[in-house]
Amino acid sequence: MARPPMPDPLALLDIDSLLTEEEREIQRGLADFLDARARPGVADRFERGVFDRDLARELGAFGVLGMHLTGYGCAGLGPVAYGLACLELESVDSGLRSFVSVQGSLSMFSIWRYGSEEQKREWLPRLAAGEAVGCFALTEPDAGSDPAAMRTRAVRDGSDWVLTGTKTWITNGGIADVATVWARTEDGVRGFLVPTTARGFRAVDVPAKLSLRASVTSELVLEDVRLPDTARLPHAEGLGAPLSCLNEARFGIVFGAVGAARDCLRTTLDYASTREQFGRPIAGFQLTQAKLADMAVSLGGCALLAVHLGRLKERDRLRPEQVSAGKLNNVREAIGIARECRTVLGANGVTLDYSPLRHANNLESVLTYEGTAEVHTLTIGRALTGIAAFR
Amino acid sequence: METMNIVVLIKQVPDTWSERKLTDTDHTLDRDAADAVIDEINERAVEEALLLKEAHGGKVTVVSMGPDRATDAIRKALSMGADEAVHISDAALHGSDTIQTAKVLASAIRTIEGVDLVVAGNEATDGRAGAIPAMLAELLGLPQLTHARRVEVEGTEVRVERETEDGITHLAAELPAVVSVGEKINEPRYPSFKGIMAAKKKPVTTLGLGDLGIDPSEVGLAAAFTSVVESAPKPPRGAGERVEDQGDGGVRIVEYLAAQKLV
Ligand SMILES: Cc1cc2nc3c(=O)[nH]c(=O)nc-3n(C[C@H](O)[C@H](O)[C@H](O)COP(=O)(O)OP(=O)(O)OC[C@H]3O[C@@H](n4cnc5c(N)ncnc54)[C@H](O)[C@@H]3O)c2cc1C
Repeated sequence: MARPPMPDPLALLDIDSLLTEEEREIQRGLADFLDARARPGVADRFERGVFDRDLARELGAFGVLGMHLTGYGCAGLGPVAYGLACLELESVDSGLRSFVSVQGSLSMFSIWRYGSEEQKREWLPRLAAGEAVGCFALTEPDAGSDPAAMRTRAVRDGSDWVLTGTKTWITNGGIADVATVWARTEDGVRGFLVPTTARGFRAVDVPAKLSLRASVTSELVLEDVRLPDTARLPHAEGLGAPLSCLNEARFGIVFGAVGAARDCLRTTLDYASTREQFGRPIAGFQLTQAKLADMAVSLGGCALLAVHLGRLKERDRLRPEQVSAGKLNNVREAIGIARECRTVLGANGVTLDYSPLRHANNLESVLTYEGTAEVHTLTIGRALTGIAAFR
Repeated sequence: METMNIVVLIKQVPDTWSERKLTDTDHTLDRDAADAVIDEINERAVEEALLLKEAHGGKVTVVSMGPDRATDAIRKALSMGADEAVHISDAALHGSDTIQTAKVLASAIRTIEGVDLVVAGNEATDGRAGAIPAMLAELLGLPQLTHARRVEVEGTEVRVERETEDGITHLAAELPAVVSVGEKINEPRYPSFKGIMAAKKKPVTTLGLGDLGIDPSEVGLAAAFTSVVESAPKPPRGAGERVEDQGDGGVRIVEYLAAQKLV
């Protein structure tokens, strides 16, 4: 008699043994919560293209939003625990992890790192509780991989600022209460906290995505939005500020991709051991086993890389090109695993009843946002050769 | 009642999803064979205590008797929001039966000053004796309100809706008292990240038999009133009998049931 399949393919390399008791508790605690509150209905939300606003409040109460920040109602998790939380979130759906990444690592982090004390007190507790939603607006229609080409402007008018421009592909844009908007000024790039109720501010959701459907993506239009100087993030000077925020969120993706891939492989192991053709489970065919084995090995490698980068971050030794290596490798492997899993599921694999194709579609966005695979390749290339090949 | 001093009994049990077995040598639970978790019914007991604390103010102390691994169950309870823990751990306790366990728990509860309420689960999912709460109440000389599906405290009185197969009874008693709760009492909360982070800073007192003034010879397998002599897994279910319905299906089913002396 055959044993049942391994319930967690990460157990192949005993990845758990690299974690502290507390990290495991954080991971298990969130996994249980998500199984009860987020996993049910996720395919349906993807199909209908809706984000569950109530779930955001529940995630806030759980301490997930801004979990790696300290003070202002944030939980203060270490880097690996933060990564593991992203892993569990993305094992449900990349859209859910995207919401949490943008809320915690882009919106909240930008305020926590570059904001004034008043700005922190005004926004961070509400964002941490999920009472308010934040977004982060860097990308523009004509400035994607090259954010230095941004056109959105902030011009001084007396003691006020007047912002004009268009941002696009902004996660959470249409449901946000506050937007961290990056704009060009006479002195270079600056960040502004724009309440979405401000006059002249408008958000239009991107209508029919084929990816990250359970997450809101919007275009933000700023037409002469007038803000006091207290809306400017006082400690953010230059493009380095938004890029440092992206680096935080990217670190979460390194773990998140492992979660999406783990969910695909779990689903597929299960399916392959029960689906019978030619009188035996398809998991018993060598071609299927080759796929499963290759995927489990690759998944284990991704997890090792993620935990390694987490330990470097703990010691404040994590360099941007290392995050690039993690994001490039893990998202690339995860999307490969998701697609391969789909093949094992046969026709059933093209439905929403099974997660791999949903994950694969989601990972198309993950491959592109927070720096495309090509841009991360060039970042690693520059670190290796000393030559910047971007332009 | 100004504020409440509540004790919750919790037990680490093998996960009901994993394979559970007894050791070959002394027929006690093989604790290494299965994943250990906090007993689900105890999570409900912790939840009920936390709800009472939230309503009346006060403190929740969890008490657990068990090997070192019980610290996981204790930490879970502390992560949910309990304030302190007492862990009774002593190698001599191995194989203790329910009476001995109740005596040890009673001694431990006596070390906590001014207890208003002791909350426990009706029965643990491993031993399933379901006798501890009653024995404990007897030993502590307190009223027992068992099988609660609803608990209310007003002034110095505790009121309980007791649900058993016979129906629902409404009970009331003066505090202090022992209450045991059933499956329907509540939905236990998930420990939040902040709860998990705070748990490691909460005090856990570890007590041995010496601290409780109990002689090791009074407890453990050798001195137990009951012990397991033998155990065997349930035989696998047979294939069953297939009856083709040719218009006489109903009659054939009754014939079968009659042959089994079921009707
Ligand atoms: C679902 C989703 C959510 C998003 N959320 C946000 C958000 O919340 N906030 C935000 O600011 N942005 C967000 N983005 C935008 C995202 O960051 C950009 O899409 C990304 O930076 C790429 O920009 P682009 O789409 O304009 O592609 P382009 O920059 O036009 O790139 C197109 C292609 O050209 C390649 N390319 C570009 N330059 C080079 C080069 N020098 N060498 C080699 N190849 C190159 C790219 O790798 C890519 O393959 C989101 C995007 C998506 C899809």
